[in-house]
Amino acid sequence: MQGGVASDMRSFLPIMTVLGVIVLIWYAAVAPMNIRGALDVAERGGADVVPPESRARFEQPVWRLMVDNPQHIAAGYALDRPRLPTPQQVGQELWKTTGEMALKGRAMSKRSLLYHGWITLQSTLWGFALGTALGMAGAIAIVYSRVVDMSLMPWAIISQTVPIVALAPMIIVLSSQVGIEGRGVPKAIISAYLCYFPVLVGMVKGLRSPASAQLDLLKTYSASSLQGFLKLRLPASMPYFFTSLKIGIAAALVGTIVGELPTGAISGLGARILIGDQFGTPLAIWAALFAAAILAGALVTLLDLMQRVTLRRMGMQA
Amino acid sequence: MIETTAPSAVSAGKTTPVISAKSLDLTFQTNDGPVHALSGVDLDIGKGEFVSFIGPSGCGKTTFLRCVAALETPTGGTLTVNGMSPDAARKARAYGYVFQAAGLYPWRTIEKNIALPLEIMGYSKAEQSERIARVLDLVELSNFGKKYPWQLSGGMQQRASIARALAFDADILLMDEPFGALDEIVRDHLNEQLLALWARTEKTIGFVTHSIPEAVYLSTKIVVMSPRPGRITDVIDSPLPKERPLDIRDTPEFLQIAHRVRDGLRAGHAYDD
Repeated sequence: MQGGVASDMRSFLPIMTVLGVIVLIWYAAVAPMNIRGALDVAERGGADVVPPESRARFEQPVWRLMVDNPQHIAAGYALDRPRLPTPQQVGQELWKTTGEMALKGRAMSKRSLLYHGWITLQSTLWGFALGTALGMAGAIAIVYSRVVDMSLMPWAIISQTVPIVALAPMIIVLSSQVGIEGRGVPKAIISAYLCYFPVLVGMVKGLRSPASAQLDLLKTYSASSLQGFLKLRLPASMPYFFTSLKIGIAAALVGTIVGELPTGAISGLGARILIGDQFGTPLAIWAALFAAAILAGALVTLLDLMQRVTLRRMGMQA
Repeated sequence: MIETTAPSAVSAGKTTPVISAKSLDLTFQTNDGPVHALSGVDLDIGKGEFVSFIGPSGCGKTTFLRCVAALETPTGGTLTVNGMSPDAARKARAYGYVFQAAGLYPWRTIEKNIALPLEIMGYSKAEQSERIARVLDLVELSNFGKKYPWQLSGGMQQRASIARALAFDADILLMDEPFGALDEIVRDHLNEQLLALWARTEKTIGFVTHSIPEAVYLSTKIVVMSPRPGRITDVIDSPLPKERPLDIRDTPEFLQIAHRVRDGLRAGHAYDD
């Protein structure tokens, strides 16, 4: 237990260092990314810019524009519609559409990312539950039946080579054909489609992890295969199980967002990203993107905690 | 081959052998052609004997033990355990098996590991804890029942796995190089303990080893085997007394048997690899 805390402390500094480097690179990138926008704004405001016409500037590389107009670089960090917003702008937008709205009691308003995040989370969890159940069932069938192993596994692999973006609209069309109202179910199906595979692969590996001597030992007790499953294979697979769940939930979230993107959905984080793109509001896209990342991080962290608690309670060193 | 008990074993007054093999064959079919793991193995093991199997890799010593445990099926000859087929003997819980790796479940405490066969065989909770306490005492691990395997040394883990094999009162203990992965000092200590345990429980023990001193120190009967095909080249009935302190290994009798085992191993060795 002390080991856990110590290792958390040890990993804190490297993580913060990487984060710091990313933020630095981000801030540095804002200048070249936003220089054109900054010059357009300055031109409209009557300031001197080189070259003066927008069309001529379009021909110039951003580096040249920055060298020629050093006094306008700073303006790129405070644009209303920046091509690349600063971390600070994204943070402000994120707060405006989550915490601030919640404080005003409008957390579930259609403009709140909490509302859209909740819509996305619901589909993700349904998809995750469905995908995990399918993955588990498939893994058990594969481990216990050679026929299933040879017939199902290749299809499971092929299923993941089909681009989900192409499949998503079809799933939505087909599910409305069979009379399923709304986007919740098809989104969960898309999400499950991405989620079952890592669970399947991880659990096959986990259920096969006991050494042959351990299986022989059970044979010397004349144990039934159900006893072998419950007493050996299932507990032995637990570390693999949680690793699979962590990959699975991240995949499920991606699946849901993809399910919201090209399908004309109006709620959910994916829909916010698409709408932000259509209405030319990059800040909204970035805020939705970060909301999705934070949601994924929270879900994975939750599973990680469950893993630690479970394995520790089982007496295995996590 | 010196075989004193076999011819008279069936006659009245003598007990029938616990394990009896007659011209036992086992051939594995591999991609490189057939491998004769066992060829014409004749062996009788009487009740309460401590029999060691020694020989180079591929001589079939482990395979023979696995045949007795019904983990392998012989392709020829006959093999009986307690007068039954190995399969029937296994179902009758005739033997406990100890593998080279202790193979304790990391998610179970030592107690719970020993409970594993008892749970599978359907013993009541009360009987489980009574038996766990008894076998933990036998292997001198009484204070470690609540520990997890990773909290124990390698030698202690192997003792726990012996306790697990003893928990359901099988008359036969089959041990496949149980101390092979342990260092010399720990191994000496465990050998002493194993002899004491054998004296207390009067089990019949089949013990596979690579070590000549270990085989001579422990056994009442030493079976020397050689590979290609796997066969018995010598069976030595040990004249050493049942009471064996560790320093018996320096006596002339001990060295004489060790010498004979070494000669047997050398004669059977092909030197082609």
